[in-house]
Amino acid sequence: MPPGIYAVGSPDARASVVVTANYKMTYDLVRSTLRGRNIWILVLETYGINVWCAAGKGSFGTRELIGRIESANLKELVDHQTIILPILGAPGVAAHAVTRKTGFRVRYAAIDIADLPDYLDNGLVTTPEMKKLSFSLRQRLALIPVELVHSLQFSLPASMVTFLVGWWFRGTSFGLAAAAALCGAVLTGTVLLPILLPWLPGASFAFKGMLLGLLGSACWTWAMWPGFSPAAIAAAALALTSISSFYAMNFTGSTPFTSRSGVRKEMNIALPVMLAALLAAALLCGWALFS
Amino acid sequence: MDKVRYLKNVATLSLDAEHCIGCGRCIEVCPHAVLILECGRARIVDQDACMECGACARNCPVSVLSVDSGVGCASGLLSEWLEEKFSLRFRGGC
Repeated sequence: MPPGIYAVGSPDARASVVVTANYKMTYDLVRSTLRGRNIWILVLETYGINVWCAAGKGSFGTRELIGRIESANLKELVDHQTIILPILGAPGVAAHAVTRKTGFRVRYAAIDIADLPDYLDNGLVTTPEMKKLSFSLRQRLALIPVELVHSLQFSLPASMVTFLVGWWFRGTSFGLAAAAALCGAVLTGTVLLPILLPWLPGASFAFKGMLLGLLGSACWTWAMWPGFSPAAIAAAALALTSISSFYAMNFTGSTPFTSRSGVRKEMNIALPVMLAALLAAALLCGWALFS
Repeated sequence: MDKVRYLKNVATLSLDAEHCIGCGRCIEVCPHAVLILECGRARIVDQDACMECGACARNCPVSVLSVDSGVGCASGLLSEWLEEKFSLRFRGGC
């Protein structure tokens, strides 16, 4: 949807101005939340990206906001000097620079759009609740489909190859068991980890994923017992745990509390361990197949 | 959220409290209550909760806050690293 100024109801010169991104879902939600009021909505050009990501990348930013205030002729439209922004847009917007350039004062309202009506009714006061970033089970569940779709580009070809290799050497049921194990490891990292996140011990996502991976490998071993040699089981446990741990680590990007320095630190430790484990798994696997 | 804590002693957030003018903007924009206003100056009270989003530093009118900001995203960092080292490019990410 095109950036610019939009009206909810029939706003006049005293109506509040709410700023948002041109991510369609966000805009629609802002509109429907404010239904029944008279409000201006200033939509920034974020190229269809949500407020948080666009603020991080800079498109929901100082320059865009200043330009949009000017091109929408906001000064002529309203006789006050306040614009209301989402708190999650703050990483991109230097409020003082906007004021200096346009005269408009920036008020960071709330994190959740659902809090906007209360904020407006309470005389533009942000309660502590409104600025608390949550990451509830429901929010984590909503992310799972995205994680799954992202993982398909690896899990589909990899499980095919795993099946073919297993089938070639040991027959269909072996191939299926190996491919199922691989899919299980991916699901452990992409589905179980988001669900269980607050309850898993440790701070590092890779470590949490490793614990789940070990547990998954144990289940798989138990289910397959005694069809596989110890070397094959060890290879599977190493590979599956690495895969689970990798996908768990990937979930850092979907959470609203992991810092860049923290992710970098855990990657520096986890990636070499994963690579070493995969290499060991490959060697053990070769040994199991050819001995 | 109170239950989930990320790695300790890594956040790069720093504050030069001496030159803080106590406007409170940083407290307003921080989604993790890392800072408080005390005796007219900002103070970091929960450094480990900082996710380095950079909102406080960006909104500080006197630039007394600094943080190496960016997105804490493993696949993002990985593709950055691959691009840097091997000039490989991947689509997707956050």
